[in-house]
Amino acid sequence: MADRQPLVRLRGIRKRFGSHEVLRGVDLDVQPGEVMCLIGASGSGKSTLLRCVNHLETPDSGRVVVDGDLVGYTERDGKLYELPERQIRAQRARIGMVFQHFHLFPHLTALENVREAPMRVHRHSKATATATALDLLDRVGLAAKADAYPRHLSGGQQQRVAIARGLAMRPQLMLFDEPTSALDPELVGEVLDVMRDLAAQGMTMIVVTHEMGFAREVASQVAFMSDGQIVERGTPADVLGRPAHERTRSFLSKVL
Amino acid sequence: MTSVLPKTRQDDEHSMVIVRRRHPWRWAGWVAAAVIVVSVAVSFLTNPNYQWGIVAGYLFDRRILDGLLTTLKLTAVSMAIATVLGLVLATMRLSDSRLLRGMAGAYVWLFRGTPILVQLILWYNLAILVPQVRLGVPSGPTLWSAETNDLITPWTAAILGLALNEAAYLGEIIRSGIISVDKGQTEAANALGMSRLVTFRRIVLPQALRVIVPPASNEAIGLLKYSSVVSVIALPELLYSGQLIYGRTYETIPILLVVCIWYLVVVTALTMLESRLERRLGVGFRPTGHGLSRDRRWARWLTGNR
Repeated sequence: MADRQPLVRLRGIRKRFGSHEVLRGVDLDVQPGEVMCLIGASGSGKSTLLRCVNHLETPDSGRVVVDGDLVGYTERDGKLYELPERQIRAQRARIGMVFQHFHLFPHLTALENVREAPMRVHRHSKATATATALDLLDRVGLAAKADAYPRHLSGGQQQRVAIARGLAMRPQLMLFDEPTSALDPELVGEVLDVMRDLAAQGMTMIVVTHEMGFAREVASQVAFMSDGQIVERGTPADVLGRPAHERTRSFLSKVL
Repeated sequence: MTSVLPKTRQDDEHSMVIVRRRHPWRWAGWVAAAVIVVSVAVSFLTNPNYQWGIVAGYLFDRRILDGLLTTLKLTAVSMAIATVLGLVLATMRLSDSRLLRGMAGAYVWLFRGTPILVQLILWYNLAILVPQVRLGVPSGPTLWSAETNDLITPWTAAILGLALNEAAYLGEIIRSGIISVDKGQTEAANALGMSRLVTFRRIVLPQALRVIVPPASNEAIGLLKYSSVVSVIALPELLYSGQLIYGRTYETIPILLVVCIWYLVVVTALTMLESRLERRLGVGFRPTGHGLSRDRRWARWLTGNR
């Protein structure tokens, strides 16, 4: 596994908001087909790191490489030049993202939410995009809700539509930013089930989560972040079961 | 099943009749309203000073209808130009570029900060300030030029004045609509790889319009009425046409009534249009139901949806 080319390669990612340095030189590799769970306390930089992967957040230094492509920049004469927006958009279109608060488009139905980007970005015909969207809604168990507006769906259903929307772009990589944190407890399971299926089908995923059960069961790798750095990473059995660092132990003792 | 209450008592609690609160003052309100409506109506009908016969005579008078048409054209054209310009101003004010933000800010400051009356007079008398309009390289060759007096008619001055002034207000309304849309919407669209234009037109604008339409309709109605200030540059719109008539016939009150009737007719139509528009833009935001399909088609058309 280690000799394969990683799908995601982060090197020396730094990011500062005002005087606060949120990311302090993060290195991380994610192999194709892996599920990488990022855990850590609020404010440890997990979400910011995730948002750097698709350039929603621009790192102050360091490089993000997805599938061999430097994200957001091009390298010439030892300098990184910011890419034109059109190329950044093309890179983002290959990376799906699911947000904590879903961010579904409220004026569009579930079906329209899912088919909008394929139609507008990939210029798929309405018929093709609709067929794909219905298929994806079926995969997340919401075929019957295709014509419902987000506000008429439960939080769990909305998040499943959001996952279908991300998948509609046929991404190589899916990013999940605390996908279940805004959900009522009884709705968490249905979203995790969809994510588990996705992982089983070999989708490469980076998941920022507080669901230790999910991490233990589904993750191939777990990385524990604290103060803008990755303190410890390894298999779930190692990081969650036999943490090597005091900070990891102390965090786990609070959340488990 | 065990009951904590004795049997008879529980049966009572299940079959209690609920008596709603009475609202005696509401009835008093209805009565008072009826008295006022009736007495106003009686005065309208029996007071000869209203001169309803004369009102009826002038209601479809050629000059009044021409004035009405001028008012409608002025309002529609100015509003259309102001909307486009307002959109540009709003986008500039929300831009990352400090230059664009500053330019739009200065525009709003100038046109919102001076009386429309003065602006109109200045536009109409532009020739005094700038006798000749010239397109070309500064202190170089001229590509095109014209006498300002040939360009500025009462019409162009009125449209310029009303549209440029209104744009300043609409720009602020549109800006507030755009910033009312959750930032997460733009972020989700970005993450999907949508271009700025697609994100604006398909995601942000349809949601912003819900916030923009009510105050913008207010502006349209306001513009309809204050377009009468163009009478200062001798353009006979609805009110001025009326004034021209009663200036000769001294039938002041009946003719003003005619003018008011037409304003009310147009404002009523605009109000109906607005509530339809609001209903159609509310699709997906209503608590129940999935929205009428006709409402949807309309909203789609507005935002360029297929």
